Amino acid sequence: MNLAISVNEPQFDAALERRFGRCRYFIVIDTDTIAWAAHENPAAKSQGGAGPGAAQFLADMAVSAVISGDYGPKAFTALQAANIEMYAAKTGTAEHLLQSFLAGDLEHAAKGRGVQHHGRQAL
Amino acid sequence: MIITVASGKGGTGKTTVATSLAYTLADLSPVLLDCDVEAPNAHLFLEPDFDSWREVSIPVPVIDEDRCTACGRCADVCQFHAIVVAGTRASMFPELCHGCGSCAVQCPEAAMSEVPRAIGTLERGRGKGNVDLRHGRLNIGEPLAVPVIRALKQWAWPGTEQLVIRDAPPGTSCPVVEAMRGSSYVILVTEPTPFGLHDLNLAVELTRTLGIPAGIVLNRDGLGDMRVENYCFQEDLPILMRIPFEERIAEALAGGHLLVEAFPAYEPDFGQAYNCIQESLHPERPAAQGLGVRP
Repeated sequence: MNLAISVNEPQFDAALERRFGRCRYFIVIDTDTIAWAAHENPAAKSQGGAGPGAAQFLADMAVSAVISGDYGPKAFTALQAANIEMYAAKTGTAEHLLQSFLAGDLEHAAKGRGVQHHGRQAL
Repeated sequence: MIITVASGKGGTGKTTVATSLAYTLADLSPVLLDCDVEAPNAHLFLEPDFDSWREVSIPVPVIDEDRCTACGRCADVCQFHAIVVAGTRASMFPELCHGCGSCAVQCPEAAMSEVPRAIGTLERGRGKGNVDLRHGRLNIGEPLAVPVIRALKQWAWPGTEQLVIRDAPPGTSCPVVEAMRGSSYVILVTEPTPFGLHDLNLAVELTRTLGIPAGIVLNRDGLGDMRVENYCFQEDLPILMRIPFEERIAEALAGGHLLVEAFPAYEPDFGQAYNCIQESLHPERPAAQGLGVRP
């Protein structure tokens, strides 16, 4: 299966970006082979709708699970509609988060944790 | 003639100028449009009795799930991520939809129909000085101000001979562009501070991009420094009027009074500013003596 992790650098040891829709990159890992690739998040710079845009991107990449910090209400609904499992983490590198995921240590994200807002916010 | 009062920086006195200009020019029966649909405030000064009302809506798609094959074409063409297609179904986020209709046009299965979704309201009434005030109000939580401003501009369009004064929202983003678009002249209200200058510069660039002549009202004159005036001189922008930085003016405005209501001595200044605008737009016509100034 394909697992995506939201980060800001295209590296396996990149730190988690807690904002799902506005992360710069997704590290997408095939959990069977541990082959990974970094993909630029095409929705990161959208004026609005970054959450659904990023969810569409992951759905198109046949991702089944994602690790991020907070999911906005629209991102949550879109990921749910796409049958992508959402996991919540606070910190860690993509590498460590993959290990936690494989060990079953991560929690599912709760609905509506993220704050809904219109357009880009300061980093 | 359509005069739009804009500013760049917020809180420089757009509404102060727009309401007093409309009140001063009451003999010309102006229509005042409060285009700041996210926070309309001209009614706080003009205190109209709103007697007509209308709803503003945009067309949003509804997906016929029986016909939808989840091909993803609608999500591809949507610039606003309002549709997500995953697995066997398309999901819709109506609050992100700009109502452009691309998805319905592009759907190969004709699975999308459009229904109106209310995003705001328009109100109209006569206030102090019998000024015809119309304003828009964007519903809480809605992000799209532009369709409400567009509907306000089109509502009961008074014809080209009518004087229309538009009070624009602050900033230089899409709602301001929509408020300025189609204007004969833009009054930019600024203050002599670094922030005022910075945002004035952006607003001037916007009026030039739109090809609309502009003049300046310098509010809180006496505050700050000379940089705004130097800028106006360099850029050949006429200073139409000055409003001094005085506590008694702030007090009157905070009390809900129009500037010219509290201080009638400013009425000739507004009349003169209007004449300056007329002359710059129609240099061949002689300015009417005392036009627009109350007896």
